[in-house]
Order: sequence, then C-alpha cells, then structure tokens
Amino acid sequence: MADIPITTHVIEFPYTRTLGPVIGPFLTGLRDGQILGIRSVDGRVLVPPTEWDPETGMPLDPAGLVPVGPGGVVETWAWVTRPTAKHPLAHPFAFALVRLDGADTALMHAVDAGSIESMATGMRVTAKFRDERHGHITDVVFVPEERA
Amino acid sequence: MPIDIAIVGYAQSPSWERSELTEVQFLFPVIAEAIAMAGIDRRDIDFTCAGSCDYLSGQTFAFVSNLEAVGAWPPISESHVEMDGAWAMYEAWVALQHGDIDLALAFGSGKSSPGDPMQIYPLQMDPYTLTPLGADPTSLAALQARALLDSGRITEREMAEVAARNRRDAVANPYAQISGEEDVDALLASPYVTAPMRDHDLPPFSDGACAVILATADRARALSDNPVWIRGIDHRIEIHQPGMRDLRESPSTAAAGKGAGVADGPVDLAELSVAYTHQERILTDALGLGAGVKVNLSGGPLTANPMMATGLSRVAEAARAIQRGDGRRAVAHATSGQPLQQNLVCVLEGER
Repeated sequence: MADIPITTHVIEFPYTRTLGPVIGPFLTGLRDGQILGIRSVDGRVLVPPTEWDPETGMPLDPAGLVPVGPGGVVETWAWVTRPTAKHPLAHPFAFALVRLDGADTALMHAVDAGSIESMATGMRVTAKFRDERHGHITDVVFVPEERA
Repeated sequence: MPIDIAIVGYAQSPSWERSELTEVQFLFPVIAEAIAMAGIDRRDIDFTCAGSCDYLSGQTFAFVSNLEAVGAWPPISESHVEMDGAWAMYEAWVALQHGDIDLALAFGSGKSSPGDPMQIYPLQMDPYTLTPLGADPTSLAALQARALLDSGRITEREMAEVAARNRRDAVANPYAQISGEEDVDALLASPYVTAPMRDHDLPPFSDGACAVILATADRARALSDNPVWIRGIDHRIEIHQPGMRDLRESPSTAAAGKGAGVADGPVDLAELSVAYTHQERILTDALGLGAGVKVNLSGGPLTANPMMATGLSRVAEAARAIQRGDGRRAVAHATSGQPLQQNLVCVLEGER
C-alpha cells in the first residue's frame, strides 16, 4: 500500500481588525479588571457601552467612557439548570440583568451563585475577574456580594 | 395610501419534531398547494420572496436551493430575507404596491432538527457581549418572564393556563406538533427547565414550511370569491441589548399595531407569535386586545413552531380562521430576534 501523504493546513485570517473606539476600550478594560460604561446624549450611562446613542443614533464620544461597578443589582434572572457547551460556566448558574453601580442600563451576564436559593431579584452581586484575562466578556463573572 | 392586497392562497406543512425530508422536499407540496388554492399557474407569479435562515442548515446560500421547490425556469424575479417568512410577505406586499405586477408568492421554511437551536441562536446576538455568553433563547425568555412575574402582571399559574389552552385548541389543528388535554396543577408540578420556565412554557423547535399567494385587488376578485384582505401591515424594531429596554413591555409591537391600524375596527381573533407563555400578556397589552378577542385558536407557536415559518403561519392560520367563519377581522403577529425585539403586525379582513 502506497504511503498516504499527510498535508498540514493552517487556516488563518491574515488581517487585524479593530473593535472601534468604544467596544475596544470596553474589552481592554475588562482585561485590565475594569468595567466601562458610556454617557448617552441624554446623560445616562449605558453598559455595555455602545458607539451610537440608542435614542438618537448620534455617535457617542469615547471621552464619555466612565468606570462602573464592580457591584450592582440583579434586575431579573434565570436559573440555568443544564448549561450548554456555549455557556460560560459548566455547572448550574444564573443569567441575570445586572444594573451596575453608576449605570442606568443593565448588563446581561452570568452569576455564579451556587444554587437557585441564593438568587433573588434586587440582590447585590459583584464582578469577579478571572486571573487570566484576554479582553473578552467572559473575563468576568458575577457572584453574590456577600460571598465575594 | 397603500393599495389593497389580498391573500388568495395559503398552505402549511405539519410541524415536525424531526422531518426525514429535506427542506426542499417538504417545501414543494406546500408551495404547490398554495398555488392550487389560488387557482393559478406557477408561471403567473410575478415576484417570489423567501424567508429562511442559513445558520439552521449550517451552509452558506442554503436558501438558493429552496428555489428548486418554486421552479425558477423560465427565469423568475425573486428575493430572500434572512428572516421569518412573514417578512418575506412584507417584501412581497411592498413589491405589489408599485402596481406593475399583480401576483406574488411568499414563503418561509426551516429545518432546525439537524442542529441545536440552543447553541445556534446565540450566534444572532451581539458578537462581543452576548454570543460569547451563549445567550440562548430559553434563558432570554426566562429573564423576560421573571421581570413580568416580579411586576405582578402575570402568575406562573396563568402561564400554565396559556399552555393548557393552546394545547387544547391544537387538538383540532392537523399541523400542530403538541396537543392534548392538560391539567394545570400537573403542569405546575413539573420541574423548571430554566427557572421560571417549565417545559410547557417553552415552544418546540420544529421543522416545517408555510406559503401564501398575494394578489392585487382586481386579480384577487377574479381569482377568489372569498379573498382575505391585508388592511394594514407594519414592522418595528427595538434596541438589541436586553438590559437596555423594559422587557415587560413591547413598544415595537404597539407601534407596529398602530401603523397597521389594529384599533381602527373591532378585532375578532388574533394569531400571535407567543412562543413563550408569558408573552401572550405582553402582546395582547401592546396591541390593546381585550378579553373578547380569540387568541391563537390554532394553538399557536407553543404547539407548532416551524423555524422561519412560525410568523407566516400566523397569517395563514388567521386567514383560514376568517374563511372558516370564526371572525371577520383578525390580527396576525410575527416576531424576530431575542425576546420580542422586532415585531410585525398585519390586519386581515374577510370579504363578508
């Protein structure tokens, strides 16, 4: 039997890309252990920050990026009994809309609460940053404040 | 003012948990049946618009092969939306407004069974802040349901009652996938899937298709003695981030309903895209539908949820209900995106 040729292919995207003047600093901030929001045209602080004002469509000034959190309040939550392979945690956890201190909108993220009994609307949670961070939204997970 | 457009033909496939047919194979008889109901030849159709999602097939340009079910020779004029077939119908309706053509076909189809919608649907979310979290449709619906429960506008029992009513109504629907008599207490005794959602609060993810034939007024009257008129149609969208809007309300549905003229006359029945039990309350409130309006006589998306055809199926079910004599004026509603982010509202009226 003839030798089977083996070829190695490297798939690559031979370009770099910027995340822009708002999402870029937001994700870089996560890498550095900080959560940023941005001031909207009407003065509210939006988290996650957006490049454009949701109400008027006007571009938002990156100079309006401001630190928020790390603590916040759970506005609503869902208890995930069986996480999918795409979820940030492999054990049961809560998805929640968290209104961070200093923010006027809520961020959707995971709360590693241990059990459904530990979750309640209005409870306080705080950001817990992973030791190794990559500038991704998953650099952080939220935990109940009393357990932080 | 828009010109009058009527529905002169429609057809649906059953809603399957898993069809062994390809999408083209189950589309073919649906389109043939809609054309036969309209009493036309496929070559009479001036414009065709399809709604489907390549992510479900996992293949780029998968929608092109669906044209095999339409017949594209001699060459046809066609378009596609990466949306539910209800938005394909909207595009066909706009095309007919120009007045240079008088017959259009719109269809929606999806084969969700080969993939896992819980892992595929997060791909439609913001790629930096939501897709990496695996933000799935069940969790997003659960966040909305909890907000509504906390506000006191609905209870878990009322959610279960929506499921039980839908499943009971679906017994008479040959296209339904889930149907039967349910005891509300038994439903409430079942465990949470993703709290506060139990199994009965969630839709099936189905395979299936739906097609409608639209005609301008003169053509409609020549083809049918009982066309269903589109009196108004509108669609609106809200901001994407779920934490930047009030999930308990649906201002986009309210705006689309106003644009479509829902309040311009009495509504007898409504077919709403209630894929999650708590959303019936949000939608009926946004559309101002009172207790006298019969909602989802077909059983609705909680009993039959063919991906990319669920919204257009609401139009077909409402048209069928009007022709059956269940009412004269109906509202059909389609939705897209995460919990009710984008909404389409259509007002239908019978000839008599």
